[in-house]
Amino acid sequence: MKLAYYPGCSLCGTAREYNISTIKVSEKLGIELEEIPDWSCCGATSAHTSSPLLGVALPARNLAIAEEMGLDVAAPCAACYHNLSAARVKMDRDHLLRKRIEEIIDRKYRGKVKVLPLAEVILSRVGLDAVRDSLVHPLAGLKMAAYYGCLMVRPKGIVDFDDPENPTKLDQIMEAAGGEMVDWSHKTECCGASLSLTGTELCVDLVGRILERAAEEGAECIVTACPFCQANLDMRQAEAATKLKTDFRLPVLYFTQLLGIALGLPAGELGLDSHVVDPRPLLREKGLI
Amino acid sequence: MLNLQATIGAGREFTDEINHEAGTDINRCYQCGTCSGGCPLFYAMDIGPRQVMRLLQTGLGEEALRARSIWICATCDTCTVRCPREINVAGVMEALRIQARRRGYRIPAAVRKVRILTDLFLGSVRRSGRIFELGLVQGMKMRTGELLKDVGMGIPMLLKGKLSLRPHRIRGRAEIERIYRKVQEMEGGSR
Ligand code: SF4
Ligand code: SF4
Ligand code: SF4
Repeated sequence: MKLAYYPGCSLCGTAREYNISTIKVSEKLGIELEEIPDWSCCGATSAHTSSPLLGVALPARNLAIAEEMGLDVAAPCAACYHNLSAARVKMDRDHLLRKRIEEIIDRKYRGKVKVLPLAEVILSRVGLDAVRDSLVHPLAGLKMAAYYGCLMVRPKGIVDFDDPENPTKLDQIMEAAGGEMVDWSHKTECCGASLSLTGTELCVDLVGRILERAAEEGAECIVTACPFCQANLDMRQAEAATKLKTDFRLPVLYFTQLLGIALGLPAGELGLDSHVVDPRPLLREKGLI
Repeated sequence: MLNLQATIGAGREFTDEINHEAGTDINRCYQCGTCSGGCPLFYAMDIGPRQVMRLLQTGLGEEALRARSIWICATCDTCTVRCPREINVAGVMEALRIQARRRGYRIPAAVRKVRILTDLFLGSVRRSGRIFELGLVQGMKMRTGELLKDVGMGIPMLLKGKLSLRPHRIRGRAEIERIYRKVQEMEGGSR
């Protein structure tokens, strides 16, 4: 199956390994990704918190191009998924807004394309049976906590990926890949990444609470689908541990990296060397790489 | 003497405006406190979301424009999904932030950086069509004077090739510039 691919800015920079692993895993699972030509930034949180119109117009340009391609959109980044989806819903609900946006972006937009997070593509278009059938190195014995954060699951109506309080879809995918998922309370607690550069102290507190809970439930690593969650939980981890006077070391991985290992992709192609908390010692210990 | 009726009258209009922008109805709030209770940043706020709702209900919403909380809010939407009265609480916080910006309210010093980052971000998208992450980090350092902060983090990331050294500029830059201009025209040139 073919989808319009919206990598987004993070996947071209700090979340490079999410991009690489997404592309590899998709190839393996028969998902054909065609990059949206000359896509532009979706505006992240900055656009919609300062201008309601800009917050819709920036994502809408990309939706309009995808519509010209005649393809539904796959957006691995939680923030991009959220913004593209929010713009789509707002224009669906408000005909006048759609007209204004069409005028602003100077393109036609009919609301024809769907926006899917990559995890949803794997669940509903590939299917977990197909994932199970393709396993080469099941992630047996690896205990992980799936962390969803805010943008993938909230608010309902704007995004419809999963339950806002107790989402399970990433858990399902990782379980199909052979992993052992811990049941924990902080799956959707905000990690404060939007405050990472502006209110670092606050952000370190939130990161600490989340990691502490995951560690207490016996998780050995965190899996996520959000570049901001990944960066934040990974890079602020040492500060958070110091503040809490403990020393957890929990690698924070994209679900596509671990799925890639399970599907037998060479470890060297999954960007495992680009994390602050190095996941390789743990993966070696488990005999996975 | 303060004309309380008139003040409250004007305040009600302000509440209507916020209701409209957030697409919600603040008067439905019955002050249960679920929003503040679940807010991950409540501990750091001066006025929590429940109090913000009350100020708006009583026509004193402009008070909230001075609050630090509207800048601390991480727009995580926890309050919105949990509100038993289905109020778009996070949307209200966001609408207040936009209003504070529009009306030129002085941003509390402690949260000034939120505004700086937002401006740098939007500027970067306007110029290139995409975000230049390294430029953002550098811009933050220059504008806040915190030159040494996070250098420890930036250098390993650079070495790992995660932060590119040059912005990627899309071909449709003129189109992006037109989008920004039209938005500004329609919104009344607030920036
Ligand atoms: S990065 Fe943190 S703040 Fe952003 S969506 Fe993920 S959990 Fe929320
Ligand atoms: S959760 Fe809803 S009803 Fe309860 S105080 Fe907050 S806004 Fe009001
Ligand atoms: S959206 Fe803002 S106010 Fe609501 S829970 Fe999150 S941080 Fe608190």
